[in-house]
Amino acid sequence: MVPIEIRDVSLIYDTPGGKVPGVKDVTLNISASEFVCIVGPSGCGKSTLLNIVAGFLSPAAGEIRIGGKKVDGHGMDRGVVFQDFAQLFPWRTALGNVAFGLEMKGVPKDERERIAHEQLRLVKLEKFTASYPHHLSGGMQQRVAIARALAYNPAVLLMDEPFAALDALTRDDMQRLLADVWRETRKTVIYVTHNVSEAVYLADRVIVMTPHPGTVKAEIRIPLPRPRDPLSVEFLDFQKELLRHLGHGASASEPTKANGKTTA
Amino acid sequence: MTESGQHRRSLVRGTLALLVAAAAYEAMARSGYFAPALLPTLPAIGRTLFASLADGSMIEHAAFTLYRVMFGFALSVVVGLPLGILMARFQHVGNFFLPLVSALMPIPSFALVPLFMLWFGIGNLTTILIVFYAATFPMIFNTWSGVRSVNPIWLRAAGAMGASEHRLFWKVIIPGASPFIITGMRQAFLRAWIAVVGAEMIAASDWGLGWVIFDAKEFLNTDTMLASLIVIGITGFAFERFVFGSIERATVMRWGMMRAAKG
Repeated sequence: MVPIEIRDVSLIYDTPGGKVPGVKDVTLNISASEFVCIVGPSGCGKSTLLNIVAGFLSPAAGEIRIGGKKVDGHGMDRGVVFQDFAQLFPWRTALGNVAFGLEMKGVPKDERERIAHEQLRLVKLEKFTASYPHHLSGGMQQRVAIARALAYNPAVLLMDEPFAALDALTRDDMQRLLADVWRETRKTVIYVTHNVSEAVYLADRVIVMTPHPGTVKAEIRIPLPRPRDPLSVEFLDFQKELLRHLGHGASASEPTKANGKTTA
Repeated sequence: MTESGQHRRSLVRGTLALLVAAAAYEAMARSGYFAPALLPTLPAIGRTLFASLADGSMIEHAAFTLYRVMFGFALSVVVGLPLGILMARFQHVGNFFLPLVSALMPIPSFALVPLFMLWFGIGNLTTILIVFYAATFPMIFNTWSGVRSVNPIWLRAAGAMGASEHRLFWKVIIPGASPFIITGMRQAFLRAWIAVVGAEMIAASDWGLGWVIFDAKEFLNTDTMLASLIVIGITGFAFERFVFGSIERATVMRWGMMRAAKG
Protein backbone atom coordinates (compact mmCIF):
# COMPACT_ATOMS: atom_id res chain seq x y z
CA MET A 1 0.00 0.00 0.00
CA VAL A 2 1.05 3.59 -0.46
CA PRO A 3 1.34 6.78 1.58
CA ILE A 4 -0.50 10.02 0.79
CA GLU A 5 1.18 13.41 1.10
CA ILE A 6 -0.99 16.50 1.16
CA ARG A 7 1.20 19.59 0.97
CA ASP A 8 0.03 23.20 1.52
CA VAL A 9 -3.24 22.54 -0.28
CA SER A 10 -5.65 25.47 -0.67
CA LEU A 11 -8.86 25.88 -2.62
CA ILE A 12 -11.10 28.90 -3.03
CA TYR A 13 -14.76 28.66 -4.04
CA ASP A 14 -16.08 31.29 -6.39
CA THR A 15 -19.63 31.87 -5.20
CA PRO A 16 -22.15 34.57 -6.19
CA GLY A 17 -21.45 36.09 -2.78
CA GLY A 18 -17.72 36.39 -3.44
CA LYS A 19 -14.68 34.22 -2.95
CA VAL A 20 -14.97 31.75 -0.09
CA PRO A 21 -11.95 29.80 1.03
CA GLY A 22 -12.78 26.09 1.01
CA VAL A 23 -9.56 24.78 2.50
CA LYS A 24 -6.45 26.73 3.40
CA ASP A 25 -2.85 25.53 3.68
CA VAL A 26 -3.65 21.95 4.64
CA THR A 27 -0.64 19.71 5.10
CA LEU A 28 -1.07 16.07 6.04
CA ASN A 29 1.11 13.01 5.75
CA ILE A 30 -0.70 9.73 5.79
CA SER A 31 1.32 6.55 5.97
CA ALA A 32 0.70 3.43 3.98
CA SER A 33 -2.23 1.37 5.31
CA GLU A 34 -3.14 4.07 7.78
CA PHE A 35 -6.81 4.74 8.54
CA VAL A 36 -7.34 8.48 8.88
CA CYS A 37 -10.64 10.10 9.81
CA ILE A 38 -11.29 13.76 9.14
CA VAL A 39 -13.94 15.24 11.42
CA GLY A 40 -15.36 18.70 11.59
CA PRO A 41 -18.61 20.65 11.38
CA SER A 42 -20.38 21.27 8.07
CA GLY A 43 -18.48 23.70 5.89
CA CYS A 44 -15.08 22.97 7.43
CA GLY A 45 -13.78 21.81 4.07
CA LYS A 46 -13.41 18.13 4.93
CA SER A 47 -15.39 16.94 1.91
CA THR A 48 -13.62 19.52 -0.25
CA LEU A 49 -10.28 18.12 0.83
CA LEU A 50 -11.44 14.59 0.06
CA ASN A 51 -12.64 15.67 -3.38
CA ILE A 52 -9.24 17.21 -4.05
CA VAL A 53 -7.51 13.97 -3.11
CA ALA A 54 -10.01 12.09 -5.28
CA GLY A 55 -9.13 14.39 -8.16
CA PHE A 56 -12.65 15.78 -8.63
CA LEU A 57 -11.41 19.26 -7.68
CA SER A 58 -8.07 20.87 -8.48
CA PRO A 59 -6.38 22.77 -5.67
CA ALA A 60 -5.56 26.45 -6.23
CA ALA A 61 -2.24 25.90 -4.50
CA GLY A 62 -0.23 23.02 -3.14
CA GLU A 63 -0.04 19.43 -4.30
CA ILE A 64 -1.02 15.91 -3.42
CA ARG A 65 1.14 12.87 -3.93
CA ILE A 66 -0.07 9.30 -3.70
CA GLY A 67 2.78 6.83 -3.49
CA GLY A 68 5.07 9.61 -4.62
CA LYS A 69 3.03 10.26 -7.76
CA LYS A 70 1.45 13.68 -8.14
CA VAL A 71 -2.37 13.66 -8.34
CA ASP A 72 -3.79 15.04 -11.54
CA GLY A 73 -7.46 14.25 -12.00
CA HIS A 74 -9.00 11.00 -10.83
CA GLY A 75 -7.28 7.69 -11.26
CA MET A 76 -7.62 4.02 -10.53
CA ASP A 77 -5.17 4.17 -7.65
CA ARG A 78 -8.11 5.51 -5.61
CA GLY A 79 -11.52 4.07 -4.84
CA VAL A 80 -14.28 6.46 -3.80
CA VAL A 81 -17.41 5.84 -1.73
CA PHE A 82 -19.98 8.63 -1.45
CA GLN A 83 -22.69 9.28 1.10
CA ASP A 84 -25.53 9.20 -1.42
CA PHE A 85 -27.14 5.76 -1.92
CA ALA A 86 -27.86 6.85 -5.50
CA GLN A 87 -24.18 6.37 -6.34
CA LEU A 88 -24.88 2.81 -7.52
CA PHE A 89 -25.97 2.36 -11.13
CA PRO A 90 -29.64 1.33 -10.89
CA TRP A 91 -29.50 -0.48 -14.24
CA ARG A 92 -26.80 -2.85 -13.02
CA THR A 93 -27.09 -5.67 -10.51
CA ALA A 94 -24.92 -5.64 -7.41
CA LEU A 95 -22.45 -7.82 -9.33
CA GLY A 96 -22.58 -5.55 -12.36
CA ASN A 97 -21.93 -2.51 -10.19
CA VAL A 98 -18.95 -4.10 -8.48
CA ALA A 99 -17.53 -5.28 -11.82
CA PHE A 100 -17.77 -1.83 -13.39
CA GLY A 101 -14.24 -0.65 -12.59
CA LEU A 102 -12.75 -3.92 -13.76
CA GLU A 103 -14.72 -3.64 -16.96
CA MET A 104 -13.25 -0.17 -17.52
CA LYS A 105 -9.82 -1.69 -16.90
CA GLY A 106 -10.44 -4.25 -19.64
CA VAL A 107 -10.50 -7.31 -17.37
CA PRO A 108 -12.21 -10.26 -19.15
CA LYS A 109 -15.79 -11.03 -18.11
CA ASP A 110 -15.14 -14.32 -16.27
CA GLU A 111 -12.28 -12.86 -14.32
CA ARG A 112 -14.12 -9.69 -13.32
CA GLU A 113 -17.18 -11.63 -12.23
CA ARG A 114 -15.03 -13.89 -10.11
CA ILE A 115 -13.42 -10.86 -8.44
CA ALA A 116 -16.78 -9.13 -8.02
CA HIS A 117 -18.17 -12.25 -6.30
CA GLU A 118 -15.17 -12.24 -4.00
CA GLN A 119 -15.64 -8.57 -3.12
CA LEU A 120 -19.33 -9.05 -2.44
CA ARG A 121 -18.45 -11.93 -0.13
CA LEU A 122 -16.07 -9.58 1.69
CA VAL A 123 -18.98 -7.23 2.46
CA LYS A 124 -21.27 -10.23 3.23
CA LEU A 125 -23.55 -9.78 0.25
CA GLU A 126 -22.78 -13.00 -1.61
CA LYS A 127 -26.51 -13.86 -1.61
CA PHE A 128 -27.46 -10.63 -3.36
CA THR A 129 -25.17 -10.61 -6.39
CA ALA A 130 -28.10 -10.68 -8.82
CA SER A 131 -30.17 -8.02 -7.05
CA TYR A 132 -30.71 -4.58 -8.48
CA PRO A 133 -29.90 -1.69 -6.12
CA HIS A 134 -33.54 -0.68 -5.62
CA HIS A 135 -34.22 -4.06 -4.03
CA LEU A 136 -31.43 -3.54 -1.48
CA SER A 137 -31.61 -1.62 1.80
CA GLY A 138 -29.54 1.52 2.31
CA GLY A 139 -26.91 -0.34 4.30
CA MET A 140 -26.65 -3.05 1.65
CA GLN A 141 -26.34 -0.46 -1.09
CA GLN A 142 -23.47 1.19 0.77
CA ARG A 143 -21.79 -2.18 1.16
CA VAL A 144 -22.08 -2.72 -2.59
CA ALA A 145 -20.51 0.72 -3.04
CA ILE A 146 -17.59 -0.28 -0.81
CA ALA A 147 -17.14 -3.54 -2.71
CA ARG A 148 -17.29 -1.58 -5.97
CA ALA A 149 -14.60 0.83 -4.82
CA LEU A 150 -12.36 -2.06 -3.70
CA ALA A 151 -12.91 -4.35 -6.68
CA TYR A 152 -10.26 -2.90 -8.98
CA ASN A 153 -7.81 -2.98 -6.10
CA PRO A 154 -6.93 0.68 -5.60
CA ALA A 155 -4.22 1.44 -3.04
CA VAL A 156 -6.32 4.16 -1.44
CA LEU A 157 -9.92 4.20 -0.30
CA LEU A 158 -11.64 7.59 0.01
CA MET A 159 -14.92 7.67 1.88
CA ASP A 160 -17.18 10.68 2.22
CA GLU A 161 -19.58 10.07 5.13
CA PRO A 162 -20.66 6.73 3.69
CA PHE A 163 -22.84 5.79 6.68
CA ALA A 164 -24.27 9.20 7.57
CA ALA A 165 -27.64 8.50 5.98
CA LEU A 166 -28.11 5.16 7.73
CA ASP A 167 -30.02 4.48 10.93
CA ALA A 168 -27.92 4.14 14.08
CA LEU A 169 -28.09 0.34 14.38
CA THR A 170 -27.19 -0.27 10.76
CA ARG A 171 -24.39 2.26 11.09
CA ASP A 172 -22.89 0.28 13.98
CA ASP A 173 -22.91 -2.89 11.89
CA MET A 174 -21.38 -1.09 8.96
CA GLN A 175 -18.56 0.32 11.05
CA ARG A 176 -17.72 -3.15 12.35
CA LEU A 177 -17.79 -4.49 8.83
CA LEU A 178 -15.59 -1.69 7.51
CA ALA A 179 -13.06 -2.27 10.27
CA ASP A 180 -12.92 -5.94 9.23
CA VAL A 181 -12.60 -5.07 5.55
CA TRP A 182 -9.79 -2.67 6.32
CA ARG A 183 -7.97 -5.24 8.44
CA GLU A 184 -8.13 -7.69 5.55
CA THR A 185 -7.27 -5.34 2.69
CA ARG A 186 -4.88 -2.91 4.43
CA LYS A 187 -5.84 0.01 2.20
CA THR A 188 -4.76 3.52 3.03
CA VAL A 189 -8.07 5.14 4.00
CA ILE A 190 -9.24 8.72 4.27
CA TYR A 191 -12.66 8.75 5.87
CA VAL A 192 -14.67 11.94 6.27
CA THR A 193 -17.32 12.07 8.97
CA HIS A 194 -18.97 14.45 11.42
CA ASN A 195 -19.61 11.63 13.84
CA VAL A 196 -17.04 11.69 16.61
CA SER A 197 -17.58 8.18 17.95
CA GLU A 198 -17.38 6.79 14.44
CA ALA A 199 -13.98 8.44 14.05
CA VAL A 200 -12.69 7.03 17.34
CA TYR A 201 -13.99 3.58 16.45
CA LEU A 202 -12.37 3.43 13.02
CA ALA A 203 -9.28 5.62 12.90
CA ASP A 204 -5.60 5.25 13.62
CA ARG A 205 -5.52 9.02 13.62
CA VAL A 206 -8.26 11.66 13.67
CA ILE A 207 -7.80 15.02 11.98
CA VAL A 208 -9.98 17.82 13.32
CA MET A 209 -10.83 20.56 10.86
CA THR A 210 -12.46 23.92 11.57
CA PRO A 211 -14.25 26.19 9.10
CA HIS A 212 -13.72 29.75 7.74
CA PRO A 213 -11.28 28.94 6.30
CA GLY A 214 -11.01 25.14 6.39
CA THR A 215 -7.84 24.32 8.27
CA VAL A 216 -6.45 21.48 10.34
CA LYS A 217 -6.93 22.34 13.98
CA ALA A 218 -5.72 19.21 15.71
CA GLU A 219 -4.49 15.68 15.12
CA ILE A 220 -5.20 12.95 17.60
CA ARG A 221 -3.72 9.48 17.53
CA ILE A 222 -5.99 6.66 18.65
CA PRO A 223 -3.66 3.89 19.81
CA LEU A 224 -6.48 1.71 21.15
CA PRO A 225 -6.32 -1.98 20.21
CA ARG A 226 -8.94 -3.33 17.83
CA PRO A 227 -11.71 -4.37 17.95
CA ARG A 228 -12.55 -1.34 20.04
CA ASP A 229 -15.12 -1.14 22.76
CA PRO A 230 -17.11 2.08 22.39
CA LEU A 231 -18.18 1.91 26.02
CA SER A 232 -14.70 1.67 27.46
CA VAL A 233 -13.36 4.59 29.46
CA GLU A 234 -10.45 5.16 27.06
CA PHE A 235 -12.81 5.26 24.10
CA LEU A 236 -15.02 7.83 25.76
CA ASP A 237 -12.00 9.88 26.77
CA PHE A 238 -10.92 10.15 23.14
CA GLN A 239 -14.44 11.12 22.22
CA LYS A 240 -14.44 13.87 24.82
CA GLU A 241 -11.08 15.11 23.64
CA LEU A 242 -12.35 15.33 20.08
CA LEU A 243 -15.48 17.13 21.14
CA ARG A 244 -13.40 19.61 23.07
CA HIS A 245 -11.42 20.38 19.93
CA LEU A 246 -14.66 20.81 18.05
CA GLY A 247 -15.80 23.39 20.59
CA HIS A 248 -18.37 21.15 22.28
CA GLY A 249 -18.29 19.93 25.84
CA ALA A 250 -16.24 22.79 27.24
CA SER A 251 -16.74 21.04 30.53
CA ALA A 252 -15.92 17.48 29.69
CA SER A 253 -17.88 15.95 32.52
CA GLU A 254 -21.16 17.20 31.10
CA PRO A 255 -22.64 14.88 28.49
CA THR A 256 -23.23 16.82 25.29
CA LYS A 257 -25.78 16.15 22.61
CA ALA A 258 -23.19 15.07 20.09
CA ASN A 259 -21.77 12.73 22.67
CA GLY A 260 -25.08 11.07 23.31
CA LYS A 261 -24.80 8.65 20.42
CA THR A 262 -22.97 5.48 21.16
CA THR A 263 -21.44 3.29 18.58
CA ALA A 264 -20.71 -0.37 18.35
CA MET B 1 -53.95 -6.32 -3.57
CA THR B 2 -51.75 -8.45 -5.78
CA GLU B 3 -50.36 -7.12 -9.00
CA SER B 4 -52.21 -9.64 -11.15
CA GLY B 5 -55.44 -8.85 -9.31
CA GLN B 6 -54.97 -5.20 -10.08
CA HIS B 7 -54.26 -6.07 -13.68
CA ARG B 8 -57.45 -8.09 -13.96
CA ARG B 9 -59.52 -5.31 -12.45
CA SER B 10 -58.19 -2.70 -14.83
CA LEU B 11 -58.92 -5.09 -17.69
CA VAL B 12 -62.50 -5.48 -16.50
CA ARG B 13 -62.90 -1.73 -16.12
CA GLY B 14 -61.55 -1.12 -19.63
CA THR B 15 -63.80 -3.70 -21.20
CA LEU B 16 -66.79 -2.31 -19.37
CA ALA B 17 -66.10 1.22 -20.63
CA LEU B 18 -65.78 -0.08 -24.19
CA LEU B 19 -69.02 -2.05 -23.93
CA VAL B 20 -70.95 0.98 -22.65
CA ALA B 21 -69.60 3.15 -25.46
CA ALA B 22 -70.44 0.47 -28.03
CA ALA B 23 -73.97 0.10 -26.68
CA ALA B 24 -74.49 3.87 -26.83
CA TYR B 25 -73.32 3.89 -30.43
CA GLU B 26 -75.54 0.98 -31.34
CA ALA B 27 -78.57 2.67 -29.76
CA MET B 28 -77.85 5.80 -31.77
CA ALA B 29 -77.42 3.86 -35.01
CA ARG B 30 -80.72 2.03 -34.49
CA SER B 31 -82.70 5.01 -33.23
CA GLY B 32 -83.88 5.87 -36.75
CA TYR B 33 -82.81 9.50 -36.49
CA PHE B 34 -79.84 8.96 -38.78
CA ALA B 35 -79.55 7.47 -42.23
CA PRO B 36 -78.18 3.89 -41.91
CA ALA B 37 -75.72 4.69 -44.69
CA LEU B 38 -74.13 7.36 -42.50
CA LEU B 39 -74.32 5.50 -39.21
CA PRO B 40 -74.04 1.76 -39.85
CA THR B 41 -74.79 -0.62 -37.02
CA LEU B 42 -72.02 -2.50 -35.27
CA PRO B 43 -72.90 -5.85 -36.89
CA ALA B 44 -72.65 -4.15 -40.31
CA ILE B 45 -69.24 -2.72 -39.44
CA GLY B 46 -68.21 -6.08 -38.07
CA ARG B 47 -69.20 -7.86 -41.28
CA THR B 48 -67.22 -5.39 -43.39
CA LEU B 49 -64.24 -5.67 -41.09
CA PHE B 50 -64.35 -9.44 -41.13
CA ALA B 51 -64.72 -9.59 -44.92
CA SER B 52 -61.81 -7.22 -45.49
CA LEU B 53 -59.66 -9.20 -43.07
CA ALA B 54 -60.70 -12.48 -44.67
CA ASP B 55 -59.82 -11.42 -48.20
CA GLY B 56 -56.57 -9.96 -46.93
CA SER B 57 -57.14 -6.45 -48.24
CA MET B 58 -57.34 -4.83 -44.79
CA ILE B 59 -54.22 -6.64 -43.67
CA GLU B 60 -52.38 -5.48 -46.74
CA HIS B 61 -53.44 -1.87 -46.15
CA ALA B 62 -52.44 -2.11 -42.52
CA ALA B 63 -49.08 -3.57 -43.55
CA PHE B 64 -48.42 -0.59 -45.80
CA THR B 65 -49.32 1.82 -43.04
CA LEU B 66 -47.17 -0.04 -40.53
CA TYR B 67 -44.25 -0.06 -42.93
CA ARG B 68 -44.44 3.72 -43.30
CA VAL B 69 -44.80 4.23 -39.57
CA MET B 70 -41.92 1.96 -38.69
CA PHE B 71 -39.66 3.43 -41.35
CA GLY B 72 -40.41 7.03 -40.30
CA PHE B 73 -40.23 6.14 -36.62
CA ALA B 74 -36.88 4.37 -37.03
CA LEU B 75 -35.58 7.39 -38.88
CA SER B 76 -36.74 9.66 -36.08
CA VAL B 77 -34.87 7.54 -33.52
CA VAL B 78 -31.73 7.43 -35.65
CA VAL B 79 -31.76 11.22 -35.99
CA GLY B 80 -33.45 12.35 -32.77
CA LEU B 81 -31.52 10.22 -30.30
CA PRO B 82 -27.98 11.34 -31.27
CA LEU B 83 -29.12 14.91 -31.84
CA GLY B 84 -30.78 15.11 -28.43
CA ILE B 85 -27.65 13.69 -26.80
CA LEU B 86 -25.33 16.09 -28.63
CA MET B 87 -27.58 19.02 -27.72
CA ALA B 88 -27.39 18.09 -24.07
CA ARG B 89 -23.66 17.35 -24.02
CA PHE B 90 -22.35 20.27 -26.05
CA GLN B 91 -23.59 23.72 -25.25
CA HIS B 92 -23.07 25.20 -28.72
CA VAL B 93 -24.91 22.32 -30.38
CA GLY B 94 -27.78 22.96 -27.98
CA ASN B 95 -27.66 26.70 -28.60
CA PHE B 96 -27.89 26.14 -32.32
CA PHE B 97 -30.58 23.48 -32.48
CA LEU B 98 -32.83 24.39 -29.58
CA PRO B 99 -34.42 27.46 -31.26
CA LEU B 100 -34.81 25.50 -34.49
CA VAL B 101 -36.45 22.59 -32.74
CA SER B 102 -38.72 24.90 -30.74
CA ALA B 103 -39.79 26.75 -33.88
CA LEU B 104 -40.43 23.66 -36.00
CA MET B 105 -42.10 21.48 -33.40
CA PRO B 106 -45.45 23.32 -33.18
CA ILE B 107 -46.05 23.06 -36.96
CA PRO B 108 -48.59 20.25 -37.44
CA SER B 109 -47.09 17.63 -39.70
CA PHE B 110 -50.39 17.48 -41.56
CA ALA B 111 -49.89 21.09 -42.69
CA LEU B 112 -46.73 20.01 -44.46
CA VAL B 113 -48.36 17.27 -46.53
CA PRO B 114 -49.24 19.44 -49.56
CA LEU B 115 -45.77 20.95 -49.59
CA PHE B 116 -44.06 17.60 -49.26
CA MET B 117 -46.28 16.25 -52.07
CA LEU B 118 -44.97 18.93 -54.40
CA TRP B 119 -41.41 18.23 -53.34
CA PHE B 120 -41.42 14.47 -53.11
CA GLY B 121 -44.46 13.36 -55.09
CA ILE B 122 -47.23 10.98 -54.08
CA GLY B 123 -46.37 7.73 -52.33
CA ASN B 124 -44.12 6.26 -49.70
CA LEU B 125 -41.43 8.92 -49.58
CA THR B 126 -43.76 11.76 -48.66
CA THR B 127 -45.70 9.76 -46.08
CA ILE B 128 -42.51 8.47 -44.47
CA LEU B 129 -41.08 11.96 -44.28
CA ILE B 130 -44.28 13.28 -42.72
CA VAL B 131 -44.13 10.51 -40.14
CA PHE B 132 -40.47 11.29 -39.52
CA TYR B 133 -41.28 14.97 -39.04
CA ALA B 134 -44.02 14.22 -36.54
CA ALA B 135 -42.01 11.69 -34.54
CA THR B 136 -38.61 13.25 -34.39
CA PHE B 137 -39.35 16.19 -32.08
CA PRO B 138 -40.56 14.24 -29.07
CA MET B 139 -37.56 11.99 -29.58
CA ILE B 140 -35.15 14.94 -29.54
CA PHE B 141 -36.77 16.71 -26.62
CA ASN B 142 -37.06 13.71 -24.36
CA THR B 143 -33.51 12.56 -25.06
CA TRP B 144 -32.24 16.06 -24.43
CA SER B 145 -34.04 16.23 -21.06
CA GLY B 146 -32.97 12.69 -20.20
CA VAL B 147 -29.27 13.30 -20.70
CA ARG B 148 -29.42 16.50 -18.69
CA SER B 149 -31.15 14.69 -15.84
CA VAL B 150 -28.52 11.94 -15.54
CA ASN B 151 -27.48 11.96 -11.90
CA PRO B 152 -24.03 13.66 -11.68
CA ILE B 153 -22.99 11.21 -8.96
CA TRP B 154 -23.07 8.38 -11.55
CA LEU B 155 -20.70 10.34 -13.76
CA ARG B 156 -18.46 11.01 -10.78
CA ALA B 157 -18.44 7.38 -9.68
CA ALA B 158 -17.81 6.14 -13.21
CA GLY B 159 -15.04 8.71 -13.69
CA ALA B 160 -13.41 7.60 -10.46
CA MET B 161 -13.45 4.04 -11.79
CA GLY B 162 -11.56 5.08 -14.89
CA ALA B 163 -14.39 5.30 -17.44
CA SER B 164 -13.31 7.01 -20.67
CA GLU B 165 -15.59 9.54 -22.43
CA HIS B 166 -16.67 6.81 -24.79
CA ARG B 167 -17.46 4.29 -22.03
CA LEU B 168 -19.13 6.98 -19.98
CA PHE B 169 -21.45 7.61 -22.88
CA TRP B 170 -22.51 4.02 -23.55
CA LYS B 171 -22.31 2.62 -20.04
CA VAL B 172 -23.66 5.52 -17.98
CA ILE B 173 -25.32 8.30 -19.94
CA ILE B 174 -27.46 6.15 -22.22
CA PRO B 175 -28.78 3.82 -19.49
CA GLY B 176 -29.03 6.77 -17.09
CA ALA B 177 -31.20 8.66 -19.55
CA SER B 178 -33.20 5.58 -20.54
CA PRO B 179 -36.46 6.43 -18.74
CA PHE B 180 -36.68 9.62 -20.79
CA ILE B 181 -35.48 7.96 -23.98
CA ILE B 182 -38.15 5.27 -23.72
CA THR B 183 -40.82 7.88 -23.02
CA GLY B 184 -39.54 9.75 -26.07
CA MET B 185 -39.92 6.63 -28.20
CA ARG B 186 -43.44 6.10 -26.93
CA GLN B 187 -44.49 9.62 -27.74
CA ALA B 188 -42.70 9.49 -31.07
CA PHE B 189 -44.50 6.32 -32.04
CA LEU B 190 -47.88 7.72 -31.06
CA ARG B 191 -47.31 10.88 -33.07
CA ALA B 192 -46.04 8.83 -35.97
CA TRP B 193 -49.18 6.71 -35.92
CA ILE B 194 -51.40 9.79 -35.85
CA ALA B 195 -49.45 11.47 -38.64
CA VAL B 196 -49.39 8.52 -41.00
CA VAL B 197 -53.14 8.29 -41.40
CA GLY B 198 -53.42 11.96 -42.28
CA ALA B 199 -50.53 11.80 -44.70
CA GLU B 200 -51.93 8.72 -46.40
CA MET B 201 -55.27 10.40 -47.01
CA ILE B 202 -53.72 12.91 -49.31
CA ALA B 203 -50.32 11.70 -50.31
CA ALA B 204 -50.66 7.93 -50.67
CA SER B 205 -51.91 6.18 -53.74
CA ASP B 206 -53.99 3.02 -53.47
CA TRP B 207 -52.57 1.65 -50.23
CA GLY B 208 -52.68 2.37 -46.51
CA LEU B 209 -55.43 2.69 -43.90
CA GLY B 210 -55.63 6.47 -44.30
CA TRP B 211 -56.13 6.07 -48.00
CA VAL B 212 -58.85 3.47 -47.42
CA ILE B 213 -60.80 5.91 -45.29
CA PHE B 214 -60.41 8.74 -47.74
CA ASP B 215 -61.29 6.53 -50.70
CA ALA B 216 -64.34 5.06 -48.97
CA LYS B 217 -65.80 8.54 -48.65
CA GLU B 218 -66.29 8.65 -52.42
CA PHE B 219 -68.61 5.65 -52.28
CA LEU B 220 -70.33 6.49 -49.00
CA ASN B 221 -68.82 3.33 -47.46
CA THR B 222 -69.07 4.45 -43.87
CA ASP B 223 -68.82 0.86 -42.68
CA THR B 224 -65.40 0.57 -44.37
CA MET B 225 -64.32 3.87 -42.85
CA LEU B 226 -65.31 2.80 -39.35
CA ALA B 227 -63.77 -0.64 -39.80
CA SER B 228 -60.48 1.01 -40.76
CA LEU B 229 -60.68 3.27 -37.74
CA ILE B 230 -61.10 0.23 -35.53
CA VAL B 231 -58.00 -1.36 -37.07
CA ILE B 232 -56.04 1.87 -36.61
CA GLY B 233 -57.08 2.15 -33.00
CA ILE B 234 -56.39 -1.45 -32.10
CA THR B 235 -53.00 -1.57 -33.83
CA GLY B 236 -51.82 1.66 -32.24
CA PHE B 237 -53.03 0.51 -28.84
CA ALA B 238 -51.36 -2.89 -29.22
CA PHE B 239 -48.03 -1.34 -30.08
CA GLU B 240 -48.21 1.18 -27.28
CA ARG B 241 -49.27 -1.36 -24.70
CA PHE B 242 -47.40 -4.49 -25.69
CA VAL B 243 -44.26 -3.37 -27.49
CA PHE B 244 -43.36 -0.27 -25.52
CA GLY B 245 -44.95 -1.59 -22.36
CA SER B 246 -42.72 -4.67 -22.42
CA ILE B 247 -39.62 -2.63 -23.22
CA GLU B 248 -40.40 -0.50 -20.19
CA ARG B 249 -41.01 -3.47 -17.93
CA ALA B 250 -37.80 -5.18 -19.07
CA THR B 251 -35.65 -2.12 -18.44
CA VAL B 252 -36.48 0.98 -16.44
CA MET B 253 -39.19 -0.63 -14.30
CA ARG B 254 -37.00 -3.64 -13.57
CA TRP B 255 -34.24 -1.25 -12.53
CA GLY B 256 -36.57 0.74 -10.30
CA MET B 257 -35.94 3.88 -12.33
CA MET B 258 -39.64 4.08 -13.16
CA ARG B 259 -42.54 2.65 -11.23
CA ALA B 260 -45.92 1.40 -12.28
CA ALA B 261 -48.74 3.73 -11.33
CA LYS B 262 -50.75 2.56 -8.32
CA GLY B 263 -54.43 1.61 -8.60
